[in-house]
Parts: sequence; structure tokens; C-alpha cells
Amino acid sequence: MPSKFSFAFPRPATRRALFVASMAAVVIIPFALFALLVLYLPFIQQPVFFAFVRESLGRDPATWAGTQWIYAAALLVAGILLFTFASVSGGIFSWYERRVAGRIQSRIGPNRVGAFGFFQWVADAVKLLFKEDLVPADADSLLFRAAPYFVVAGMTLTLVALPFGQSVIVGDLNVGIFYILAVTSLIVVGILLSGWSSNSKWALFGGMRSAAQVISYEVPSGLAIMTPVLMAGTLSMQGIIQAQGGWPWQWFIARNPAAFVAFFILFTSQLAEANRTPFDLPEAESELVAGYMSEYSGFRFALYFLVEWANLWIISAVAVSLFLGGWQIPGMSAQDWAALRGAGALPRPTWWLWQFLSVCVFAAKTMVLVTVVIWIRWTLPRIRVDQMMNLCWKYLVPAGFVALLFTLGWEMAVARHPLVELVSGGLIFALFVYAVFRFFVLTRRNISRVVGDRVDLTNW
Amino acid sequence: MTTNEIHERLKAHFGDAVGPLSEPKVDPFVVVKGDRIVEACRWLKETPGVELDFCEDLTAVDWPKRNAIEVVYHLFSYKHRHGIVLKVEADRAQPAVPSVEGVWKAANWMEREVFDLFGVVFKGHPDLRRVMLPDDWVGHPLRKDYQEAGGFHGIPNLRENPLVELRRLDEVRLAEEAKRNPPPPPPPAPPKAPAAPAAAGPGGAPPAPSTPPAPPKA
Amino acid sequence: MSKLVLRRIDRNNEEMLVNFGPQHPSTHGVLNFLVETDGEVMRRAVPDIGYLHRSLEKIGEIVGYPGYMPYTDRIDYLAAMFANEGYAIAVEKLIKVEVPKRAQYLRAISCELNRIASHLVSIGTMATDIGAVTPLVYALREREAINDLIEALCGARLTYNYHRIGGVAFDMPEGWRDKVLAFLDRFDSLLQEWDRLITWNEIYLKRLGGVAVITREQAIDYGLVGPNLRGSGVDWDVRRDMPYGAYPDFKFDVPIGRGWAGTVGDAFDRYYVRVLEMAQSSRIARQALEHMPEGEYMAKVPRKIKPEAAEVMSRVESARGEMAYYLVSDGTERAYRVRARTGSFLAMGIIEDISSGLMIADLIALIASLDVVAPETDR
Repeated sequence: MPSKFSFAFPRPATRRALFVASMAAVVIIPFALFALLVLYLPFIQQPVFFAFVRESLGRDPATWAGTQWIYAAALLVAGILLFTFASVSGGIFSWYERRVAGRIQSRIGPNRVGAFGFFQWVADAVKLLFKEDLVPADADSLLFRAAPYFVVAGMTLTLVALPFGQSVIVGDLNVGIFYILAVTSLIVVGILLSGWSSNSKWALFGGMRSAAQVISYEVPSGLAIMTPVLMAGTLSMQGIIQAQGGWPWQWFIARNPAAFVAFFILFTSQLAEANRTPFDLPEAESELVAGYMSEYSGFRFALYFLVEWANLWIISAVAVSLFLGGWQIPGMSAQDWAALRGAGALPRPTWWLWQFLSVCVFAAKTMVLVTVVIWIRWTLPRIRVDQMMNLCWKYLVPAGFVALLFTLGWEMAVARHPLVELVSGGLIFALFVYAVFRFFVLTRRNISRVVGDRVDLTNW
Repeated sequence: MTTNEIHERLKAHFGDAVGPLSEPKVDPFVVVKGDRIVEACRWLKETPGVELDFCEDLTAVDWPKRNAIEVVYHLFSYKHRHGIVLKVEADRAQPAVPSVEGVWKAANWMEREVFDLFGVVFKGHPDLRRVMLPDDWVGHPLRKDYQEAGGFHGIPNLRENPLVELRRLDEVRLAEEAKRNPPPPPPPAPPKAPAAPAAAGPGGAPPAPSTPPAPPKA
Repeated sequence: MSKLVLRRIDRNNEEMLVNFGPQHPSTHGVLNFLVETDGEVMRRAVPDIGYLHRSLEKIGEIVGYPGYMPYTDRIDYLAAMFANEGYAIAVEKLIKVEVPKRAQYLRAISCELNRIASHLVSIGTMATDIGAVTPLVYALREREAINDLIEALCGARLTYNYHRIGGVAFDMPEGWRDKVLAFLDRFDSLLQEWDRLITWNEIYLKRLGGVAVITREQAIDYGLVGPNLRGSGVDWDVRRDMPYGAYPDFKFDVPIGRGWAGTVGDAFDRYYVRVLEMAQSSRIARQALEHMPEGEYMAKVPRKIKPEAAEVMSRVESARGEMAYYLVSDGTERAYRVRARTGSFLAMGIIEDISSGLMIADLIALIASLDVVAPETDR
């Protein structure tokens, strides 16, 4: 008996409704998340929050007994908000990656579940939730169950220090980037645990390889990070971004040739830490099936993949903050921001709009880098373990040291002749524009060389 | 060098151990005595001018009528572009042939295959074990008198016709269901009452006695 | 898993014995490798075959000569035209039948298209094993076009059963020639795209260059054939050196391994020889289509094929190397012995000896570069 709602062949009205709903979701979900972040995070900074309570309710929260508890509750809500943001963005990136991968491979990506397949990640998450929760009989059950949570914790804790906008950050730690580096190491613990506790040779191989890889690449990562830290003079994320400017030639990547090199060292090392191709040996499908994740199924498996995709965002966000100017809007200087904010304890209403704009700038830059990461994944093959170790210790680490030393000298030179930085900025920016131009020219030429897109076999 | 010339030189070197070239019906062959085959192969490979460096094929043919298993060697030379076919006749009851694995490494796996499928033992082979069939298989399938065992490790190699099998399974299931839910016994026949016109409906049809519902047919 | 093999392997305590297969996303078909390894470097990889053994050689003794043709498809289902052709040539030699020119040209075209399709699968899966997934999708996209073309020709996309004893089963359909030429034009530009995408990629060169080197002497000694042999530098191609069918009429080059990535006979040489062979196949197919003679596509062959008691060996240059058929006939309607000597069987034989000291990732590269497929290995 046909039901009113059929999933396999929905009626036209249902199809239209689904299409509209999913298009709305594509647009609304990211904006809503960002808007929530923008509205909530600057708001819970203590001065702003207390000023708001003072002015609206007329009482002074500083005199209450349980102020710290209220503040703690507010931070907890912020944490939940951030974790939701990470999960949802992980899901959205999985959809984005599959669509981009499909187009690179000359096929369509997911296109059934919602317009452009946008709800595919929801369907996949629901499917994984419904799967049987298997714990292998011989596996170490406590560690097996606990391992995914280490990995998730390692990912979530970094979100605390990520600067989404000019004041949109949960905690502007004065050791921001150092904290991020330290906390991502929890992921290694999780991987090792899962590989070992699965009690399977393949998982063990994958776990060991991955641990070796991530730990090795922490070193060039740290070295590359030293360069913007030296240039900005602070470890704080907001501080590093504020030391840059809005225009591309004011970004750290352009102001210092060593920073240009350090950006690529950082980008490569972060790819390796996130287990992305060309460094995805731990999950090498053709060799180890799924490496350290082989024995996981259901929601635990979903957690690993969630972390992988949320990591995409995190590594791009870190690279953007350190080298590409973060949330800086071209043309806005620190004085402009202060003027916008106004003198009172509670900021003026237009300030919130500009916050939202800075979040959009940050998101746009991060999305560009995310696209580059995805692009690299679906183009390059995978490198072998010993080649990967070679690359790290014989090439990236010495290059990182050289960049660091060069930056030391550069900073001293810049202190005496500030023009040097402008020159460097202009030159590297021009180089970049030229490279983009050549890229488009070559792509046009390659495309035109290929004869047609299909062979017409239609009249059989 | 033609096959004839290779055969001449081989015969000149090994004398009686090498038989005559067969009638060239399509492809000719030479029968070599089993105990000299390794030397013959080595000679063929190393002699300048002959240099058969490619062991193209090493297989066997079972002739139960002649009570022999022939091991066939197809040899070829990339350098001189000539070749020859050698055959060794092995006794069918206990086939044993010296291994030419030392001459061409290609013979390694091919002799294992001949051992696997024909049962020919190659003396001097470093690793003579079955290659395709499981290690505990009994018998050598490509022999003409091979009889299949009825199964392997309890898996039978014959199967009931699915149409017959499914019908039989259906009947078993129905019988079990009938045993579990026995059909209700038919009610006692109604007492013979005098035909009551008042009981007849307006259509004049007498009320029919109720019958138990028939058991569901598959 | 083979108990005899286990007894032979004496491991020290640091090494694990890992089963690579038989279900595995990487090994080509249902193959198993018992690998002794300490985590990355292998001491030895012992191949364990037989999962796809279908006793095709025994079946040849039961069905008659014409009836065996569909079984030859299954000897190597990725390059089925060659298996068909080899068997047909062997029987034709036995019964002394001459194949008409048009049929020979049709055989050549279908075989070269099949060679392209088989090489596409080979290099596509090789790229995937090395980690790049995109080239596989491009390769399969082109292979779909070939499948459609061959389906128009003979009705099947994979196991063709197209060649017959004495000729081919069907003639070219109307307009097929133009479709094939259009496809070949497009395909030649794909090969350029392919080289830009993956062949000269730095990482790919590093993964395959110098890996699993098979020297010339080793290749000949172990009986490797086809692209494996040519990749090690031996200049031998059955189509050119012992020509059969219509191949004497065609001009084509035979690519040999030149050590493009550093060493002659490494995995990259075997891979690139296949890429170049596809271009040559396209060339042959074009020549055949342009000079296709008129005539019959099937010779007159007796209804019952009863050759005299003789034996014959026929060779064709299949996608995986020289496939040789050894037929023994005893004068009846059924063959006395059918033997298909395939290139993949001998390629498996070399893996154990070459694999000591390799890393696991290199074992994958080795197996992929040898283009071993399970049906050919097990028959």
C-alpha cells in the first residue's frame, strides 16, 4: 500500500520541499553558527557581560557571591556551542570534500540527499549511529572505548584558542599558539591507544606509523611557528593577528621571505599531523584497510572521521591566523576598531556587525586553505614511511632552523629600516599575483588540449 | 638455427639419451631420457649458438594407455629466435623426473604446478609443494583417472536441485507449524433439526453449517 | 593458510606473520601473501594462490573444441580477446584453416582495444595502490567508452567470446568505425593529461623509482613476459618478432624500459611501458580501421572439428605478456590436453625471491607493477 511519503520516489511537491529546505540549510546553517559565535563569544567576556547586567538589570554582578559559577556556566555553554560548531562544520566539510573530490574526478559527488547532496553527512551520521557498537572480544575494552575520546578532546580543546573574529574568541590565552600545539598532541595518544587496544596487527601497524608521523612533524611545525611569533613578539593568537594588517602585503607571509618559506613548512607539517594525503599512511586504504581505525564501527568510527574533518578547519585556521592575516579586514586598523567600539563598557551596535564581517573574512580565508588541502588530497599519491621521515628530519627541520635564524636577522634589520618590510611585502605579493595568473593561463591551455568531454555513443 | 639443427647438435652431444625428432605433424618434439634431462637442458641453455634461455612452458600430459606421464618442455631463445620442444616420459605409477629448476628459475613454479596437478615428483626441487590446490588435497586432478572425492572438509561437492530442495524445506516448515498450532478440531455435526421454514432467510436459502476454515496453503 | 608454509617459515620473535589477503583492497584479485615482517621491512612475502582455480584446463578435455571458447574468456577476464585469439589460432593450426584477412583485421582491432582497456585498469589500480585515487576514475571513464564500443561489436562488456575458430563471430556494425576513431582521438589527448597528472609526479617517481628492480637476466630466467620483460630492457614482442594474424601489416613501436626513474627494470619502467603501449595500440587500431579489407569474417570450418592426432603451441601477445596455448589432440572431437601458459603465473613466482628487504609499501608497488591478476594465475 503506497504511503503518503515515499523515500525512493518522492512526489514532486515533496521533492520541491526537500530542495528548498536543503538550499536553505546550506545557507542558513553556517551563517547561523557564525552569528551565534559572534553574538555569544564577545558577550561572555567578563567586562562586557557584567556591564550588560549592570545596565539592564541594575545590579552589580561583581558583588554577588556566585559570580564565578555563573561565569563558569556561561563558559560551559560556550564550550557546547564550539563543539557543536566543530561537529557541524566537520559534517559540512565532509560534504564539501566529497563534492570537490567528485568534480576533480570528473564525476558528480553526492547529489541525492537534499539539493547537491547537502544532507548526505546527516544521513551518514545517522547511519553510523544506528550501526552495531562492536567491541572485539580480544580488544582491551576500556582503552578501546576511551581512545576516540582522547582524539576528540585533542581536537576540541584547540577551538578554545582559535580567533574567529576581532573579539570572537573564547579565551585569548597569552600562550595561544603554544597551547594549540600542545593540545593537538592528545590526538597522538588517542591514535596509539586505538591501534594498540584493537588487538589486531593491522591496527597496530597503523597506530605505530601514525604516532611516529605525528610526533616527528611536531618539530618542524613548532619551528615554523617560531617565525611569526618572532615577528609579532607574542605567543597570543590575537596578538599575532593584530601585528599583521588587512591587505595581503601586510600579512606575515609577504613581509618576510623566511616567513614565506615557513608558511609552506607549517602547511606541510600540519598536513602530516592531520593524517591527510600525501601523508595518510596510517589510514592507507590500499595497504592497511583503515589502519588504526580498522576495528572501529558505528559512532566511534564517526568520531574519528569527525576529528579528521574538523582538523581540516583547525589546521587551516592556524595557518591563516599565523601567516595570512587572520580576521583582519583590509583597511581597518586597530584605531578604527577602537573607534567602532566606543568608550563605554558595552560596545555600540554597529560593532557587532563589524565583528560578523571579520568572522566572514576569517572563514573565507580558511575555506580557501581547506579547498587547497582537499585539492592536494585528491591529486597527489601517498609517500612511504621512510620517505616521510626523510622529508621531516632532513629537509623540513633544517629549513625551519634556517628560516628562524633568518627571521632573527630580518627583525633586527627591519627595526632599523622599516622600508625593507614594505619592499618584501610588495615583491612577494606581486609574485603571488603572477603565480595565480600563470596558473589560470596554464589551466586554460590544458583544458583546451583535451578533445571534447565525451564520446557520443548515443545512437545505438 | 632450425629445430632440426638444434636436434642434430643435441643428438651429437648426448647420443642415445636423445630420441629422434618426431613426425612434424604440426609441431615436432624430441623425447629425452629422464636421467639426462638436466644436463641436456643446461647444455641447451649454455652452448653458444643455441642458448635457449627462456623456459617458455613446462607442463605434462597424461597418457594412461601408454602408462606414462609426459613432461613437456617448451624452450626458446630470445637471442637466436629458435626453439625446441623436449619431452620426458615418466612412469605413471611413480612419476619422478629430475628438476631443471637450477637451469631456469621459471621452472620452479611450473614444476610445482605439474606436481600439484599430475603428481610428478621433481627430484632436486628446493620447494616442492602444491601451488594451487590446498595443501591437504588428496589426488592429482589433471590425471585422466582422477575421481573427485565427495567433498572437502565436510563441504559436499554435490548439491540438491534447488527447486526440489526449496519445496522440501517448505514442507518441513509447514509440518512444524502444523504441529505447533494444530488446526482446531471440526465442531460436532449440528443435531438433525426438522427443516424450519421460519429459520430460512427471505432469500429462501437454508443457513449453511459452519465449517472450520481450511489450513493456510503455502 | 598453508601449514607446510608455516612450518617452513621460522621467525624470530620480533617478526609477525601477516596475511595480506585474500580479501584486500589492494592485491589484484583474490590472492594471498604470507608476509613475515617486523612492521615495515619484509623478510619475505610468500604468495599463496589457488583461490580462483576453476580447473579450466580439465574442462578443456570435456567440452569440444568450439565449446571451449567461452571458457578461454575466463582465463583472463580483463584481456579476454587475447585468450580467445590464442586458442583460436592453436585450433586453426591443428585443423589447418586459413583465417580471412578481414577477420584478422577485426581480431587485431578488438585485441588492441582490449589491450588499452586492460592497461587502463592496470595503471589505474596501480595509481590507487600508490595513493592517488583520481587517476583510477579517469582510467575507468575511458574504459567505459571501450566497453560500450566492444559491446556494440560483440554484445559483451567483459567476457567477449568474440573470436571463433576460423574467424570472428560478428562483423563490424554500421558506424562503428567512426565511433572508434572518435574515441581514439579523445583517448590520445587523455594520455597527455595522464602523464601530466600522475606519471611525472615527484612523489610517484619516488615511490616507484628504483623499487623492486628486476634485471634483464632475472626477467628472462624467471620467465617473465610482456610489459614485465620489456620493462627490464629486453626487446621482445610476439607481435613484431613472431608475427601472427594481421600484425605484419601494421607499423608500431615496441616500448622498452629505459630507466626513466633511475634504474632500468624498476617498477616505474614496467608502469610506463604500459602507458606507452596504449599509445601504440591506438596507432595499430587506427591503421587497421583505415585499411580494413573487404571479405568474409569467418572461414569455412567443418561442423565437427576433429583434428589429427598432433600437438601445437600458439602464442599471442596478451596485455599481460605472451599467452601460449599448448593443445594436444588425439584425433577425437575433444581435446586431449589444453594448457594455457599465462604471464601472471610466472610473475607470481618471482615475487618471493625479490621481496626480501622490501618494505610493505614496496610490495604493493611490486605486485601492481607486475600486473598480476588472479584468474590468469589460477585458471
